[in-house]
Amino acid sequence: MAEPRARASSDARTIALLGNPNVGKTSLFNQLTGLRQKVGNYPGVTVERREGRLSAGIGDLSLIDLPGVNSLAARAPDEQVAVDVLAGTQAGVTRPDGVVVVIDASRPRRGLFLTSQVMELGLPTIVCLNMVDEARRDGAIVDAGELEEVLGLPVVGTVGTKVRGVRPLSEALSTGALGMPHEDRLVDVPGIQGLPSPSPERWARLREVVDAGDLADHEATTRYTWVRSVLDRVQSQRNATRGGSDRIDAVLLHPIVGPLAFLAVMGAVFQGVFALADAPIGWIESAVGACGQGVGSVMPDGLFSAFVVDGVIAGVGGVLVFLPQILILFFFIGLLEDSGYMTRAAFLVDRPMRAIGLSGRAFIPLLSSFACAVPGILATRSIEDRRERLITTMVAPLMTCSARLPVYSILIVAFIPQQTVLGFLGLQGLVMLGLYLFGMALGALAAFFIDRALRRAGLQSGILEMAPYRMPGVRSVVIRLWVRGSQFVKSAGTVILLMSIVVWGLMTFPRTEDVGDDPVARAEAQANTAAGRIGKFIEPAIEPLGYDWRIGIGLLGSLAAREVFVSTMNVVYAVEETEDEGATARGVGRAMDRARWDGSDRPVYDLATVLSLLVFYAIALQCLSTVAVVYRETGSVAWTVGQFAGLTALAWLCAWLTYIVAI
Amino acid sequence: MIKPYDIALSDLAAGAGGTVVTLEGDPELRVRLLEFGFCPETRVRVVRRAPFGCPLEVEVGGSRFSLRAEAASSVRIRHG
Repeated sequence: MAEPRARASSDARTIALLGNPNVGKTSLFNQLTGLRQKVGNYPGVTVERREGRLSAGIGDLSLIDLPGVNSLAARAPDEQVAVDVLAGTQAGVTRPDGVVVVIDASRPRRGLFLTSQVMELGLPTIVCLNMVDEARRDGAIVDAGELEEVLGLPVVGTVGTKVRGVRPLSEALSTGALGMPHEDRLVDVPGIQGLPSPSPERWARLREVVDAGDLADHEATTRYTWVRSVLDRVQSQRNATRGGSDRIDAVLLHPIVGPLAFLAVMGAVFQGVFALADAPIGWIESAVGACGQGVGSVMPDGLFSAFVVDGVIAGVGGVLVFLPQILILFFFIGLLEDSGYMTRAAFLVDRPMRAIGLSGRAFIPLLSSFACAVPGILATRSIEDRRERLITTMVAPLMTCSARLPVYSILIVAFIPQQTVLGFLGLQGLVMLGLYLFGMALGALAAFFIDRALRRAGLQSGILEMAPYRMPGVRSVVIRLWVRGSQFVKSAGTVILLMSIVVWGLMTFPRTEDVGDDPVARAEAQANTAAGRIGKFIEPAIEPLGYDWRIGIGLLGSLAAREVFVSTMNVVYAVEETEDEGATARGVGRAMDRARWDGSDRPVYDLATVLSLLVFYAIALQCLSTVAVVYRETGSVAWTVGQFAGLTALAWLCAWLTYIVAI
Repeated sequence: MIKPYDIALSDLAAGAGGTVVTLEGDPELRVRLLEFGFCPETRVRVVRRAPFGCPLEVEVGGSRFSLRAEAASSVRIRHG
């Protein structure tokens, strides 16, 4: 490749990666930085901030992976962040010393459009033609030397999915081979004169003039005219062929086979998150249990030991237990995203999802929420539209997650009669199915209304590029898993741990000494704790739903995790715990059946109370882990609190209506 | 001005194509479409439609996009 025209100083320290979505920029970033990366959010916006250090011993160079953008004209938050970082006006980020524009070598048109914009910002720039191997295979040859000539900027070719393939770029960066854009190479938008030389000021001034004169159409068209003239010089061949990819699409997007294949893929993803995660979750639980026992046996019995074992170790276990589902889900998402199937899946279900104000992109996060809302909400990151991401996050907890199942099954088995309806349908199964459908219907309604309320908060075009299929790179998928997993543990994990310790404290203090293993004494001790007192205190609030204070304790305990309801009930009803889980469960069922309101013979669990409790659990956000993740993902106290309060109020209302109707 | 021989991209059958004449409708959507490369004088082609008829897979400038019918209806094209 030709010698770059201008060299920037070789002490460049921070370099930004800029590119359209789907050009393999993140794979390139992962390849360059390996595990040495930090992922977070830019303050105040839910735009992902990714930074890493360049590997391969190049010295002190850090990379910023900017969000994938279509334009720098800043109509979306992602674009705003990209411009602010490049202009040096993003809080907490110093202006990078240079920028790499990543362009898809097979389809350079949109990338060149973006290049024409970034050149105006006056940063040392290098153009990276990514996936040159695919371009060569598909017959789209871009003459890199000629492109350097036309742009007046250095150009390198890379294969972002291969370790060796990124070497041209890392070498160029290490020698500081970036070029400052020349003023005479910029796109001349007719009618706009007197702009300063390339700099953030020039870009800001240009935007002002364009907005004031309503020239946005004119500007975009002029840039594409320029792109065409550039391509006429550097592209000897026609556009890339998509033979192989077209043959796959003929099947996967076939009017009949396509939806069936979609169902099969989604079924596999769901099964993976739901079932594959089961074994590792069991290992984590028993490892945490063993660890707690080990620590408990060496520490002197007492408050501190209880704090360490039941508070801290159990709390850490409560964080780690999410990892199998998160990692399995993100493994699948990584494969689907990197292979290109994700946009096909979104294409196939876009129309049905639109009925409730969402798009095809929201499908996988909501599907995963049937296993657990925590990985589901983390998965909303693959939704590009900010508003849609928010709506999906808000309704995800209404999907029936697996933590609700123990609660449902204990209530259904104990109180719903085992009879058949219409000759072949089991009533118990019907109630379970009804609860699933109820959650979905409420989720759809909630999405519809939140969408209505947020209308005009920014038009969404819903345009997605359907890039050709591509073999996912193993390294990129693995790095992504590691980053996601460690990020969850570090950010949401700490909040979850803290909250679970608080709940443990409520369930433990004030403590009755020397309870021993006597179930009745344990039940009395439980009633005396803060949670027990709160349970009694809130009894008037939950009595209209048909719950006494003991159920109130169960509701509080559930905040740590919904399934804790069952073990709390074990304690509250003084059930003898045995090794046999089935027997314990039956014991709880019988104890609930015997439960009476204080000072009367009226059974607590009549059918109305049970139905009301089922409805309450179907709706209420009885899961502090979800709250923690929502807070971390939205970065907004208002939305987090609003969601919790809203779902609790809705749960109360629906449970009350159920109770009134059923009684 | 919409000339009588101009039709909307959303009206094309799968496999049919044409040349972009102009964009109309919401200004923000118009600029978005331009940024994706739906410029006047550019060739476009509907590759296929999703089940239920929407969105459309549209090819322009060597790239393919999933485009909702509303967005596609603001792209006026000359058939053929």
